[in-house]
Amino acid sequence: MNAVLQASTPTNYVLYDRSPDSYAHWRVSYEGSVATLAMDVAEDKGIKPGYKLKLNSYDLGVDMELYDVLQRIRFEHPEVSVVVLTSMKERMFCSGANIYMLGLSSHAWKVNFCKFTNETRNGIEDSSLHQGLRFLAAVNGTVAGGGYELALACDEILMIDDRSSTVSLPEVPLLGVLPGTGGLTRLIDKRRVRRDLADVFCTTSEGVRGDRAQQWGLVDHIARPQQFKDATAARIQALSAAAPRGAAGQGITLTPLTRVIDDGGLHYVQVDVSLDRAARTATITITAPDTAGPVDVVGIHAAGAAWWPLAMARELDDAILLLRLNELEIGTWILKTRGKASVVLEIDAIIAANARDWFVAETVGMLRRTLARLDVSSRTLFAIVDQDSCFAGTLAELLLAADRSYMLQLPDTPEEAPHITLSAANFGRYPMVNHQTRLLTRFCGETAPVAAAKARVGEAVDAGAALALGLITFAPDDIDWAGEVRIAVEERASLSPDALTGMEASLRFGGQESMETRVFGRLSAWQNWIFIRPNAVGEHGALKVFGTGSKAQFNWERV
Amino acid sequence: MSINYSERIPNNVNLASDRTLQRALEHWQPRFIEWWNEMGPQFGGNDVYLRTAIGVDVEGWASYGRVKMPDYRWGIFLADQDPARTIGFGDLLGQPVWQQVPGEFRAQFRRLIVTQGDTEPASVEQQRLLGLTCPSLYDLRNLFQVNVEEGRHLWAMVYLLHAYFGRDGREEAEELLSRHSGDVDKPRILGTFNEPIDDWLSFFCFTYFTDRDGKYQLKSLAESAFDPLARTCRFMLTEEAHHMFVGETGLSRVVRRTLELMKEQNTDDPASIQCAGGIDFPLLQRYLNFWFTSSLDLFGSEVSSNAATTFANGIKGRPDEGLYTEHVCLDASYELTVPDDANSTRIEQVPLRNAMNEVARGAYVKDCEMGMKRWNMMIKRAGVNVVLTLPSTQFRRGIGSWANIPTDLQGRRISEAAYAEGLTLWLPSEPDRAHVKSLMQRVVTPGKMAGWIAPPDRGINNMPIAYEYVQL
Repeated sequence: MNAVLQASTPTNYVLYDRSPDSYAHWRVSYEGSVATLAMDVAEDKGIKPGYKLKLNSYDLGVDMELYDVLQRIRFEHPEVSVVVLTSMKERMFCSGANIYMLGLSSHAWKVNFCKFTNETRNGIEDSSLHQGLRFLAAVNGTVAGGGYELALACDEILMIDDRSSTVSLPEVPLLGVLPGTGGLTRLIDKRRVRRDLADVFCTTSEGVRGDRAQQWGLVDHIARPQQFKDATAARIQALSAAAPRGAAGQGITLTPLTRVIDDGGLHYVQVDVSLDRAARTATITITAPDTAGPVDVVGIHAAGAAWWPLAMARELDDAILLLRLNELEIGTWILKTRGKASVVLEIDAIIAANARDWFVAETVGMLRRTLARLDVSSRTLFAIVDQDSCFAGTLAELLLAADRSYMLQLPDTPEEAPHITLSAANFGRYPMVNHQTRLLTRFCGETAPVAAAKARVGEAVDAGAALALGLITFAPDDIDWAGEVRIAVEERASLSPDALTGMEASLRFGGQESMETRVFGRLSAWQNWIFIRPNAVGEHGALKVFGTGSKAQFNWERV
Repeated sequence: MSINYSERIPNNVNLASDRTLQRALEHWQPRFIEWWNEMGPQFGGNDVYLRTAIGVDVEGWASYGRVKMPDYRWGIFLADQDPARTIGFGDLLGQPVWQQVPGEFRAQFRRLIVTQGDTEPASVEQQRLLGLTCPSLYDLRNLFQVNVEEGRHLWAMVYLLHAYFGRDGREEAEELLSRHSGDVDKPRILGTFNEPIDDWLSFFCFTYFTDRDGKYQLKSLAESAFDPLARTCRFMLTEEAHHMFVGETGLSRVVRRTLELMKEQNTDDPASIQCAGGIDFPLLQRYLNFWFTSSLDLFGSEVSSNAATTFANGIKGRPDEGLYTEHVCLDASYELTVPDDANSTRIEQVPLRNAMNEVARGAYVKDCEMGMKRWNMMIKRAGVNVVLTLPSTQFRRGIGSWANIPTDLQGRRISEAAYAEGLTLWLPSEPDRAHVKSLMQRVVTPGKMAGWIAPPDRGINNMPIAYEYVQL
């Protein structure tokens, strides 16, 4: 631990730090194995000025709190097996993303907002799939747009049938944009709503009431106002009975991150981000601990939030989020590691040996989601495997997440050259959002190169072998190293940021698709296109004129 | 293979302590020698009186002595660095020049250097059989001097690739040796450099016209913001001048000899001149037409986005950029004469930056005219009523606005049929080539010249003309 590091808050960064004692928008209560998240958005507490968060509409700040709540349920409340999402507002569950906020926001802010909300909703499903944490949307009023998309991320939707509350995705007819937080995709992929009915639903601004919603498969259950409470309890009971989660014992407190942000970058304990603004690069260095630390559940729990795998994942997660939101022009992230590969591999083995423990499993989940966040970040990722690096096991996933990798070769002093070591962790522990390993994705679904890599598990391979195995892109020797890396980074930084974003996103997810890849690759991409079109954001665009009484003026050409 | 670098490879780039270069050259140098022995001039066993550059100062760049060509000390020289040098043109005008290739422009610089580098060994390959038909030992020596210096220019470009482009650069340097002039599978990059030069009249035309294109390319690159490239090219220009000297004096001696023959035979009839073993002026004019127009395309299209990009970014300037008063050229335009649809021409205004190829071509054409003036003066003084001319830059173009537009020698548009017929009169015919070939008889007695060419005014480095420049 570096004692010099102090928690510090910079003035100009928008931060993700939230804590239960200061939630502005959520009422969270725990009762036995049930956590209830009641949305109660404070109108006047938008994260930015200029709009009011009426009708339980949300902005990035509301979602940051939601993310914090979910993290705390995962780590601080192992007893929870069912999470109920509901609303404190009268007859209004959630009206979705705030339209005035969208109208006022820059393109980059909108895209960042959508990416983060998408990831949080994916995280809900991730926790359900991997950790058995079940989610019930108890929709106790009208639900629209992003509100319904949040409900769609839950395992079940129970909707109030009061003959007036409706469910709708009014983005297309009302706002001229898409339900871009997975709405369109989850309708057909997850809920298997027939496409013609989905077409009708998505173009009907007033939406549909409970009975038809159930009939069309938009919700699972409906209940009259009088019965809603009982129905909720019944659904909790049913979900809870089948939920694998809900451990006895103490939770792990998520202590605030130790972080300094200064002109040079972002400095954590295990993660350091050094910024070069002229070159528009961030060098993200992850340091392995000196020793593997606790080997059993008792010791791991005692370490808690300071347990290296969790501490590192939280810091990396925060760094990714902060860089994405606050450092738009830093287009290239250079991934480095420092420390002993043997320690990283030991930790991997400890994780494997204690995989059944809820805390260890949640930590793996955190790593999985953090790596997935890296995968979908719209920044160039170059991994640099240099001397003193430790791309082994879990940390080798960073290498596999990178768009390119450079590994140093030292023909004259091979004993000093860096090595890469794969572990079992690289063969299934951290699936990407396409539900495949990074290795299988890297090899475009070809199993032979994956098998060849698997045969070398535990073996420290040098640059030549890594090149032969296809684990790295280039292996310059010490004479070429500095020049090759400099030119590659400089050249990359000179390319169009938009074209790079599109290219990288297209190349990162070869082969098998999943609902998540369709959300990011199709829905988000179309949404981001629509977000810059005059029909949405021009002077008379639908987002701009919303609420003024004026009608949007469209350019009618279909493109 | 270990090399005593400072001995074997004269240089001013600190080769002895540069591991990057040493490693690259250890591999490349033996391959270069192999290439030279295989593709270069035969005569590797003969002593040749050659100039070797062993430094960049007045004394160092021209050190003379007898040497066997494969033992020639191909060196690496950059003109002295000016630490205060700034970028002289384009959007980055006034900023410090670059000592490294910026990653952003890696691809453009690599392409420019490879293209320039490819022409150097190409011309050695094109000329490899000329030694067998030399008109004198003096000329044979000049040919070899040109050859070894083309070889050194290859080294200069390879140095840049090795020193600044990493693995990519080394691969490109290898490719420079594996492409061969006229090789169907692995041809040289530029078309002109795949035609063999198998007679000395063509060789003189080549050194006069095509090497002069090289001079203007080097002048453009000598302005580059990438300082090592600029310095390399500035030094190459001192050597390139000799190649042009060979071309200009060679053609000049042909003119003089033809005038002598016309006087001796008292005729201006081409056939009689040919019978007397000379090169008549109409035939010479056809060779000039061919070689001048072959070189024009090397400057690229009249309107070029590439040219604009390289100028804007400081990659490649105008030849002699210092002669211009305005160096940004953002709003200026250039008047181009282009073909229109009605079989005529029209004037088109194009942004000056896009017309930089044409600016360079214009400077080149003016430079070509200088020699023409001297020859015409000589002809006039002899009382002969012939004027040698350069064709229009619109004639016989394969690239640019005038590509494949039929014109006459003056650039006036004509029909396809008239063009096809005209070409038989304007360019060297089969009988022309056969005649020139028949003249290519080897003369190797010191001081003696072939009958179609006059002796030079003086020898090399104050040596007599009859000096044994090559020991056979």
